[in-house]
Amino acid sequence: MSIIVNDCSICIATVNGSGSQSANNILLKSFFRMGIPSGAKNLFPSNIQGLPTWYTIRVNKDGYVARKPELDIMVAMNAATWVEDHASVKKGGVIIHGTELAVASGMKRDDVIYYAIPFKQLAEQNFTEIKLRKLLTNMIYVGVLTELLQIDLEVVKKAVSDNFANKAKVVEANLKALQVGIDYVKGNVKKQDPYKVEKMDANKNKIVIDGNSAAALGCVYGGCSVVAWYPITPSSSLCETTIDYFEELRVDKTTGKKNFATVQAEDELAAIGMVLGAGWAGARAMTATSGPGISLMAEFAGYGYFTEIPAVVFDIQRTGPSTGLPTRTMQGDIDFVNTLSHGDTRHPMLIPANPVECFEFAQSSFDLSERLQTPVFVMSDLDLGMNQWASEKFNMPSKPFDRGKVLNTEALKKLGKFERYRDVDGDAIPYRTLPGTDHPLAAYFTRGSGHNEGAKYTEKAEDYKNLMDRLSRKFETAKKYVPKSVLKEVSGADVGILAYGSTDLAITESQDLLLKDGIKTNYLRVRAVPFGDEVKEFYKKNKRVYVVEQNRDGQMFEIVNHDIGGELALKSRSVRHYDGLPIFAKTIVEQILKFERSH
Amino acid sequence: MSTQAAAPAPSTNKIGLTKGDYKGAPSTLCIGCGHDSITNHIITSFFELGINPHQVAKMSGIGCSSKTPAYFMNQAHGFNSVHGRMPSVSTGAKLANRNLNMIAVSGDGDTASIGLGQFCHLIRRNLDMVYIVENNGVYGLTKGQFSATADKDSKLKYGAINKFEQIDICSLAIDMGCTYVARSFSGDPKQLIPLIKGAVSHKGTAIIDCISPCVTFNNHEGSSRSYLTVKEKDDPLHEIGYVHGAEEIKVDYEPGSLKEVKFPDGAIVTLKKLKRDFDPTNRMQALEALEESKTQGHLLTGLFYVNPQTHDLGEVLEICDTPLAYLGEKELRPSAEALSKIMQGFE
Repeated sequence: MSIIVNDCSICIATVNGSGSQSANNILLKSFFRMGIPSGAKNLFPSNIQGLPTWYTIRVNKDGYVARKPELDIMVAMNAATWVEDHASVKKGGVIIHGTELAVASGMKRDDVIYYAIPFKQLAEQNFTEIKLRKLLTNMIYVGVLTELLQIDLEVVKKAVSDNFANKAKVVEANLKALQVGIDYVKGNVKKQDPYKVEKMDANKNKIVIDGNSAAALGCVYGGCSVVAWYPITPSSSLCETTIDYFEELRVDKTTGKKNFATVQAEDELAAIGMVLGAGWAGARAMTATSGPGISLMAEFAGYGYFTEIPAVVFDIQRTGPSTGLPTRTMQGDIDFVNTLSHGDTRHPMLIPANPVECFEFAQSSFDLSERLQTPVFVMSDLDLGMNQWASEKFNMPSKPFDRGKVLNTEALKKLGKFERYRDVDGDAIPYRTLPGTDHPLAAYFTRGSGHNEGAKYTEKAEDYKNLMDRLSRKFETAKKYVPKSVLKEVSGADVGILAYGSTDLAITESQDLLLKDGIKTNYLRVRAVPFGDEVKEFYKKNKRVYVVEQNRDGQMFEIVNHDIGGELALKSRSVRHYDGLPIFAKTIVEQILKFERSH
Repeated sequence: MSTQAAAPAPSTNKIGLTKGDYKGAPSTLCIGCGHDSITNHIITSFFELGINPHQVAKMSGIGCSSKTPAYFMNQAHGFNSVHGRMPSVSTGAKLANRNLNMIAVSGDGDTASIGLGQFCHLIRRNLDMVYIVENNGVYGLTKGQFSATADKDSKLKYGAINKFEQIDICSLAIDMGCTYVARSFSGDPKQLIPLIKGAVSHKGTAIIDCISPCVTFNNHEGSSRSYLTVKEKDDPLHEIGYVHGAEEIKVDYEPGSLKEVKFPDGAIVTLKKLKRDFDPTNRMQALEALEESKTQGHLLTGLFYVNPQTHDLGEVLEICDTPLAYLGEKELRPSAEALSKIMQGFE
């Protein structure tokens, strides 16, 4: 048996509400701190207690950390899913299970390795407190894996004490449980599997963080001062974390007064209304939501576009339509948000693909929305927002805030005139004033009905058309300000892959797998709509472009085809993944190969 | 040289502005609309209070009433928002700039039908603003459908009868914890102007349910909101006055018949007893009086409930004194050290 070092996918099958989250985090942190590229996906139900949850960890020396459906190691802790969990392990894999989960005769596989561990008895023997037994069982399986995979014990111990910081008794109990697992394996289990981990040096200067926390920090460092939100999975943690950082970083130490205001609104209609009110009055304001909330915000989104008010909306996309699968991921709102609201509308969308971009785009979304005077949408998703990602550390922003074209009292005195909706500079972005500005010329009337350049009510055909044309030109101007796509060119490649957001994680691995089949690919990662010229250039340079995304209908495929248009659009092929779970390389490769072989 | 005497200079208020400085664009509402009278009373109130229009934010939703902020105080920023959503927009604007003197005009459809939820939550949060509901019991802009404040059994212009219970804006507001609740009539400036002034002085949500007959769609026989019916049913609780702290109260009154409500800005609202004793700081009494008048088919008007010592949303949230809108990078962007410490926590 040859040893397999730093290359395995592990799944821990538990019941939600059983307290396995800490144990799983400790496990991930241990791999990460050993310097091995690692990634984790929490596949959880829309429920608080009692339904199945799967936590998957992938460690991979080559840096492939997207989800891998072929499981090498299953830790089966849930009787309800025992049969399917048992079947899901790949040939040659490992099944670690409680002794109470019997392997029925018809079920037994001879192509896997079984390790039966008496988790329940070990917990009973070692811990008197009944309430603790269940929780500490989780640390026992961490101990079992630590010993089986040879995870560095000191690293695990440190991860335990960091996880339960300042709670000496909890740390002590968890360390004991960890040791119980280790000792049981040492004394009773004969290792028959090939999996093992060893220290590497891939995570220098890196952190492990979820995209929502990263975006929250971005909001705080980006000068956001008003947050209005309504709880919805998977976006709630973005607002909650922002509030936590506000309390930590934005309270005046001498007065105790706060440089921020947060409101948990009665619904998403109110949340976006508050954000627009605050943006109109000059504060940097944001809300975060998911698909159902976006639906409710549609009317105000059009209002913000038409009246030109800065606003930032985070859409942490989940599986729709309707309630859909609330705790599963999807790139499902791209097409909807693109033109959200009735009438002619287009909204800038920023699409982060990793925590660094969540941090940076959160900041730049405020600059953009104030520069362009329009709602800006940051399109994250459940996978990026809620899962733990290894990431580079965030750098202190070096660019000052861009507050856009705001005229204050002095400027008005100097100019002697002001028309709210006139394109003075030729970039289709007008000037605005804030309520409270002390000058007789400052005031204007904001209305969602027809308005002329002086912000006066009008139903004149010419005025309306002028306004709509200017808004269209403004969207062109937006191209200058949004983040450019990232291009990875491969010498000799004439086939392109275009992807965006969390899909990125699976693309590099797909490219390497395709290469084994002799297909070289270039890769363009789109980071914003509207696109810069680089998208058209990419289409010109490649004979085919595979648009890879996580929805059924090829939403970005449609937007790209619409926006680049003509002959070039005929080069597009659509690669789709839409089962609610994060995309994986194999499905991309299979779809691309099918197309390529038909050529 | 002209021998004509110069026209007398128009009188100015304490900040040197004329009443003309508080006017807006010409109204486009129907001639005789109650809303136009209310617009005029708002102009008079703000002129007499000497409030600088540039400090005012005029908020509204959708409907005939919501058009009216365009017809007063041209020198104030206005926000004619989305149907039923004015409260949320106002909340955001006020959070961004605590110094704004906020007045909102809404209608019965905008407030009690499509906007009922936001109306209730605005009150719960006690946002510091004046909120006038121009209440005519009918949808004007869509040509005469019933609204949720229409009285049960009242008749539409074309004969339809309202079979459903009406929503009473004032008792609902009191129930939601509103700290200033009044009802008046567009045709009664003597009552409405001091109520508006008191609402401006009040630091919290001040609701004025202002009955404002619709001359086009709800002024016929059988309507419970026609000029004639309202005048006939109007049952004022008290005679209302408003004085600044520095002024002397000049109302003639019998000993014990005058109540004074003092506001933190030094203003006093005086309530002179008419038919009955009424304590406007007693919520139970206010609800009882409203219920009783409804049973008797009267239209009770006056200041029903007030709690002048209250904490508005900005105070509850402990927002800093400088408006959030005016804070810059220095106040808003934490340090590099703080970021690097946070980064360490994720290692």
